[in-house]
Amino acid sequence: MDTVIQTNGLTRHFGANVALDALSLDIRRGEVFGFLGHNGAGKTTTVRLLNGILAPTAGQARVLGLDPSTHGAALRRRTGVLTETPALDERLTATENLRTYGDLFGLDAQTAASRAAALLERFHLTDRGNERVSGFSKGMKQRLALCRALLHQPELLFLDEPTSGLDPVSIREVHELVRQAAREQGVTVFLCTHNLVEAQQLCDRVAVLERGRVMASGTPRELSDELGTGHRVRIEVEPTLHERALQILHSAGVEATQANGSPNPGLILRCPSRNEVPQSLRLLIQAGIEVYAVVPLEASLEDVYFALHADGEKAV
Amino acid sequence: MNLNSVLAVAKRDLRNVKRSRGVLLPLIIVPLIFVIILPVGLGLGAPFLSNLPASNLEQTARLVEQMPPAVQEQLAPYDTVQKMLYVVLVFLFAPMFLILPLMVSSVIAADSFAGEKERKTLEALLYTPTTDAELFLGKVLAAWIPAVLVAFAGFIVYAVCANVAAWPTMGHIFFPNAMWLVLIPWVAPAAAGVGLATTVLVSMRVNTFQEASQLGGIVVLPLVAVVIGQATGVMYLSTGLVAVMGGFLWLIALLLLRRGMRAIRRTTLLTGRGSDS
Repeated sequence: MDTVIQTNGLTRHFGANVALDALSLDIRRGEVFGFLGHNGAGKTTTVRLLNGILAPTAGQARVLGLDPSTHGAALRRRTGVLTETPALDERLTATENLRTYGDLFGLDAQTAASRAAALLERFHLTDRGNERVSGFSKGMKQRLALCRALLHQPELLFLDEPTSGLDPVSIREVHELVRQAAREQGVTVFLCTHNLVEAQQLCDRVAVLERGRVMASGTPRELSDELGTGHRVRIEVEPTLHERALQILHSAGVEATQANGSPNPGLILRCPSRNEVPQSLRLLIQAGIEVYAVVPLEASLEDVYFALHADGEKAV
Repeated sequence: MNLNSVLAVAKRDLRNVKRSRGVLLPLIIVPLIFVIILPVGLGLGAPFLSNLPASNLEQTARLVEQMPPAVQEQLAPYDTVQKMLYVVLVFLFAPMFLILPLMVSSVIAADSFAGEKERKTLEALLYTPTTDAELFLGKVLAAWIPAVLVAFAGFIVYAVCANVAAWPTMGHIFFPNAMWLVLIPWVAPAAAGVGLATTVLVSMRVNTFQEASQLGGIVVLPLVAVVIGQATGVMYLSTGLVAVMGGFLWLIALLLLRRGMRAIRRTTLLTGRGSDS
């Protein structure tokens, strides 16, 4: 599997502010790579550096075998970018937006027209193709911006918060598109998101970014195993006693919540150490609350993310 | 440099201009005033000029007396009202006419450069495979070509309107003279270049279309000075002077454009916006 993005100590300063600090990445063809971080963590700066629209302060990058600083134009012909905000020409219609970008990417008119029609169809915008974008909802604009990013059939797709503002049906379609692009067409996807569920579902590997620095990277499973708390359990007690059980646990300083929305009802306990699990259960049993089941839960990417950010906060 | 990329950028900007009432209105109204309303009004009103107080007519006579002998010879067969009409339509309106290409290029450049920042559409454009030079040139052409076309088309309409409306007074085709035949193909495109280059540089320091078009409009002031200079008899636009003026404007336009081209770099365009995350 060949390397599509390789960076070595890639750094970008804005005055005294370090937006990206010594980023070293190795992303392979066909991979869906998740880049996780809060707003301001350095995700957008990274996308700009990797596409040659920002120059690094230090370090090197090679994207699709090219140096973005010196071969930006040739590189951008092969990459597609969904920017954080749709950045569409709102005075123009959806079709005109795509036609315009077809011209800018050097597509002939016929190819641009047929691809635009297919993409509008795929993202349920065919009926609105001849309407000005200024009248579109946020979700429609986001879908059109996705069409624009895909129009020239890029080998490498940068998606900056792709499902922001989308309804659940559209979110599922975007996820499907990402999977299909990566698995069937070998497109590499660089996914910037703070939607951790999305990252866990879609990404082969992720990197967690905090104030421009990568705090951890690996597959979601690797990160969960390595950095997850490992002491999350779901317990089942009589549903009418949930409130009382939570009171008891909270007064003992145990982090506990009701497993709302879960197919398995009960309470979720998050214990700082393994020993505290039986201690917490003992508290409930002593209070006369029967515990019917105790199920250990695998740490989610969300747990990892919050654990890392908590460490980061402490370190500052 | 890829010409198709340059044209694609220019086409995109012009598509956007066509859809903005705020940009189109001055591009329609100002030419309408300069090339139709003013010459027609003056031409049709000329027969009534003889009713003006004698002092006004004497003032025109004095203005003509200050003109070079060649022009005086040209005006010799005309009576005072005809002379007044000729001086205004041929000489005084010449620098005013240059406001057209200057204003058109300045308004479009303001929309194309500062307006792009205001609409936050720049980033998507930067992710296309166009080079910095292609991007810059495309945007410059999007402002320059319409300005030159408006000047050329405006000149034809102005010529027709002036000759037709002034026919009852002049009785023959008197417009254009040699000076205008230098002014339009040589000076008007240069004036368009100065207007757009100034606005490009202004647009780098402001964030909205309004600010850019208002500040860029300052470039009209030297032309107003020429209008006043001619009206007061301090100067007069001979064919030679117009040719020199054109050369001077071309030089300024090219110098300013070179400065703009050097300043506009993809890698620095987004850093001043404070939106990095």
